[in-house]
Amino acid sequence: MNHSRFRLLKDRLSGNLFLTLSLFSILTVVLIAAGLYWKSIPILKTTPITHLLFSKEWKPFKQQFGFLTYIAGSLIVTVLAILIALPLSLMCAIYISEFAPVRLKKILLPFIDLLSGIPPIIYGVWGVLMIVPFIQEKLAPHFVEFASGYSALAGGIVLAVMIFPLLISILMEVFNTIPAELKEASLSLGANEWETVKSVVLRKSLPGILAATILAISRALGETIAVLMVCGNIAAIPHSVFDSVYPLPALIANNYGDMLSIPMYDAALMLAAFILFVIIFLFNAVSRLVLYRLEKRNYS
Amino acid sequence: MTTGTPHISVRGLNVHINGHPILRNISIDIPDKGITSFIGPSGCGKTTLLKTLNRLLDRNKKVKIDGQVLVDGEDIYGKGVEVTGMRKKMGLLSQRPFPLPMSIYDNIAYGPRIHGIRKKKDLDATVEHYLRATYLWDEVKDRLNSSAGGLSIGQQQRLCLARGLAVEPEIILGDEPTSALDPVSTQKIEELFLQLKDKYTLVLVTHILRQARRISDNIAFLYMGELIEFGPAEEVLLHPKEKLTQDYVKGYIS
Repeated sequence: MNHSRFRLLKDRLSGNLFLTLSLFSILTVVLIAAGLYWKSIPILKTTPITHLLFSKEWKPFKQQFGFLTYIAGSLIVTVLAILIALPLSLMCAIYISEFAPVRLKKILLPFIDLLSGIPPIIYGVWGVLMIVPFIQEKLAPHFVEFASGYSALAGGIVLAVMIFPLLISILMEVFNTIPAELKEASLSLGANEWETVKSVVLRKSLPGILAATILAISRALGETIAVLMVCGNIAAIPHSVFDSVYPLPALIANNYGDMLSIPMYDAALMLAAFILFVIIFLFNAVSRLVLYRLEKRNYS
Repeated sequence: MTTGTPHISVRGLNVHINGHPILRNISIDIPDKGITSFIGPSGCGKTTLLKTLNRLLDRNKKVKIDGQVLVDGEDIYGKGVEVTGMRKKMGLLSQRPFPLPMSIYDNIAYGPRIHGIRKKKDLDATVEHYLRATYLWDEVKDRLNSSAGGLSIGQQQRLCLARGLAVEPEIILGDEPTSALDPVSTQKIEELFLQLKDKYTLVLVTHILRQARRISDNIAFLYMGELIEFGPAEEVLLHPKEKLTQDYVKGYIS
């Protein structure tokens, strides 16, 4: 009797302990958001939020802080990265999980893992050494008169390579959850492997592909150092992908700690971080809603 | 046993999966038309045998297959065999229904579309014909464009049967096709099989002896990867020649 009461107590205790710990980790997110907001209150009090979000004027000495160019910079680089990475990693993941011989699979997988283990700074250096000159000398002259190579496109390409392994590994997980019997059902009707992938595997994987894309976008939005090295960091709305951009994380990383003697600069940078946070949060929330809808449509 | 040329002829078939022997030296002539059932305890290789018949098994690279499977006299493991064309000859019903992730209409139209039927009128006719053939038409005609996942399990299995019939196969393979279904749905599927057996060759895997008795014309009993006995259903079930078959039929081994 005593023993079983002790076990019951342990069960309750461990349950509560885990609850506390998980609450703690959720609380960190809330605390970060609250902290950022609190620190950016000074600038929010002096400048209307619409002005902060939609003005292109960034003149710290005149107390003008418009984030539009930075927000645009972040979004453009991220969209480019996804446009490049998603089709490629879809094809790659499909090939590895559906077509590749076992031996090739065993060689390819460690490389993809390795790709995700490379520190961002190395991607940055690689971007500066290879991608930027390539864009400047080979690619851009076909389209624009002058380009430094440090551009939204360079950022997009470097970011694409960085989110490649994440996308591939999640997509492969997604494809692995498709039951073999479902593929066999399609094959037994005389469909070939490609028709089966196209009409059955991809369609059934749609929610998963979306989820993978969301994760990749969140990662891309927040990536700092590699992007900062290749984007050129000029705060202007770009006219083409060959123009420089200045993404939000680069703004924070470049200036935090240096320029804090300027009044309000501190609050402005905190607001930049808060905006980044809100963009990623909203993005996740909306896509979760879409995901939920998709799953409901697919499975009910 | 039915006379005439066999529809499917298996010759000296050995299957190894991951180096383990699963089927040993199987030779069996499955007659044209009628229902042939594979029975035997779990793990005896009956599903494996079924899946070698339309080459779904060798998609898995760890599988080694020796021997011949002749369908209409052609070795489907021979060189230069067009696998998709061969598979089209055979409908497949799996243990649980797996409707394709699309609408009821598209589930049926999927196969015909692949094989080149494009006209909406022809597709409409095909869809209706096979939904009627499986007695689904009245149940789903008002929601052809809604997801097939919304149907009951029993309806889904009939949809899968209709989907298979829509590519006009000669053979229907069933891997315990009623094992996930309730008794009423099971009965419907069995009735359909009995109607189809005049036009198609049906090969079913079942571990339900009573079902084998109810619907089979011929029964093959497999045990530990070997074909123990094959013959007309009544003979195998009521007067088995082999001791192992006797034990299984009487319920001593299962």
